[in-house]
Amino acid sequence: MTARLDIVVVYPDLLGTYGDGGNGAILARRAAWRGIDATLVQASSDRPLPRGDLYCIGGGEDGPQVRAARNLVADGTLAAAVADGAAVLAVCAGYQLTGRAFPDASGRAVDGLGLLDVTTVKGRGRRAVGEVVADPLPSSPSPAGRAGLPVLTGFENHAGRTAVGAGASPLARVRHGIGNGDGPDGGAATEGAWSGHVVGTYLHGPVLARNPALADLLLGWALGGDVALEPLDDREEEALRAERLSRAGRR
Amino acid sequence: MTAAGLGWRSRLAVGAVRVANGASRRLGQGSGTVAGGRAGLAIDPSLLARLATGRRVAIVSGTNGKTTTTSLLVRALTPAGSPTTVATNTTGANMPAGHVAALVASPGASRAVLEVDEGYLARLVADTVPDVVVLLNLSRDQLDRVAEVRMVADAWREALAGRGPETVVVANADDPLVTYAARAATSVRWVGAGLVWGADAVGCPACGGRVRTDSGGPGWACDSCDLARPPTTAELADDGVRLDGGEVVAMRVALPGRFNRANALMAAVAAAASAPAGGIAAPTLTEALERIATVGEVAGRFGVVRRGGVDARLMLAKNPAGWTAILDLLDEEARSGRPSPPLVLAVNARTADGHDPSWLWDVPYERLAGRQVVATGDRCRDLAVRLRYAEVDHVTDTDPASALRRAGQGGGSVDVIANYTAFRDLREGR
Repeated sequence: MTARLDIVVVYPDLLGTYGDGGNGAILARRAAWRGIDATLVQASSDRPLPRGDLYCIGGGEDGPQVRAARNLVADGTLAAAVADGAAVLAVCAGYQLTGRAFPDASGRAVDGLGLLDVTTVKGRGRRAVGEVVADPLPSSPSPAGRAGLPVLTGFENHAGRTAVGAGASPLARVRHGIGNGDGPDGGAATEGAWSGHVVGTYLHGPVLARNPALADLLLGWALGGDVALEPLDDREEEALRAERLSRAGRR
Repeated sequence: MTAAGLGWRSRLAVGAVRVANGASRRLGQGSGTVAGGRAGLAIDPSLLARLATGRRVAIVSGTNGKTTTTSLLVRALTPAGSPTTVATNTTGANMPAGHVAALVASPGASRAVLEVDEGYLARLVADTVPDVVVLLNLSRDQLDRVAEVRMVADAWREALAGRGPETVVVANADDPLVTYAARAATSVRWVGAGLVWGADAVGCPACGGRVRTDSGGPGWACDSCDLARPPTTAELADDGVRLDGGEVVAMRVALPGRFNRANALMAAVAAAASAPAGGIAAPTLTEALERIATVGEVAGRFGVVRRGGVDARLMLAKNPAGWTAILDLLDEEARSGRPSPPLVLAVNARTADGHDPSWLWDVPYERLAGRQVVATGDRCRDLAVRLRYAEVDHVTDTDPASALRRAGQGGGSVDVIANYTAFRDLREGR
């Protein structure tokens, strides 16, 4: 097992609007509680991106999203780290910019990083805002020692509609909410996407607070493959999940 | 304008406001301001503009401090010893229906002071032609309802760009988003009121460049355009208020915390910049500061209530900036030797709060390590998970009354920090 783990929160100055910075904090704590020497770096957009084992990219507004994508393409570190096996959790605006293309505020396509084979366009209908419940697909990745990811819960807030290409797989099937919005007429079908060690999702909450198994999947990847992590006392997360799952669809 | 001066449609609308408000109060459905205002606006969409005609209107907006600053501004505009003759929306009903209700409730008031939700500022400015607009701060809040913070700043800018010198904007020069919006106005009084939460102002709102702050000083500037902190007419100093000539005048504020000194200064500068109304001249800055010095409680904030045999000091915090300001206050008090009582944190995520409590992860709860904490409210489970990762010892109790009893077991009083609807329910004893 790698003794050290470098976790990098990408550009919190640009992509830190929806509390997604919490994902990095959760990963660092879950590693530290297991005796792993985890370092959490908040990587500002005015400096070169540091090399890390696990990157978290959060949600943000339209303008900063375009700047973040341009910076990351020009910087090159993230793509190189992913090629070397680094894990990535990308949320909302971060998910969109890891794909091939996403829309700017006016709807014009902007080049993404191409780390995930997904393409986002501006949705024609209303912004997707609300609770999401989504069932992981049988083909979705599983944390070592577990039979698949449990049902995903989160809160979405986005206008984009994302199509998953042949080079990536959807993460889950939407039970409640919109997710990728890749169903008929921009309706619900799948949520998120993954390939290799890169996961993209529309879920805030932050997503790892409400889905600790996903946190452990990412930690396992970042530690170098099929590492089974010792279980933690997740009773408070389970209580939150049970409450959110029972409330979805009711307000 | 008096009712007799309104057209038949507006008179009918005013009648509807009164009837609906009376009915709603009798039925016990809230304080009755919003229902009446809605009914009036449905009959006459231009009702707000008509009711504002002939009155001086001051407007207060911003993410945090609106209610407190509005209340302080009312006080600052009221000469000592005279009855308050200002129309104002004290209940937090800060959208058009609430403004209509406030003006209908005080038909004879020649001066109005209206708190407005950030998203409705443009409409209120257009409808009322204000003499003063106070812009406190802008940061992330209720992202599922209000547009993203930069879009709000753009809407403010557009609303103010059309105003002539008859509208004075009193703007916080320490907030880059506020500065960006306010500098479009013809007449601005810049105030150095401080900034609790700078994370939303790192990217330049004008050009997308990077806003850099001076180390050790209040200055800030964009590194690629001309947006920068303007020279101020007044700013907070450790020992009072520093005026543009360098002179420091004393300021006494009974409300606790640095953020309330900021609210008080903004209110005082606004009062001094206001136009005379109903034969009452604007106070000087010193007079305004004196009038608001003794205000000790605004709309229940920092008030102590007794619930289930426990004395609880109620504090309101709705978003990361607001929570950070309250955590600063607790630190300030601990440093000054005040004992740290058990703490109840209450978080809801109803419509008025925003349905997504992800913002809990932007609040530095780590600073509460070592304190005794009880998590409660509709979303206490989200809060419990947040506190777990902040490594703050806590217990969770879904029922606020029971949470207060738990915290008060030791017999002493407790401190409560609650977000909007959680605060309201605790204050009203629901």
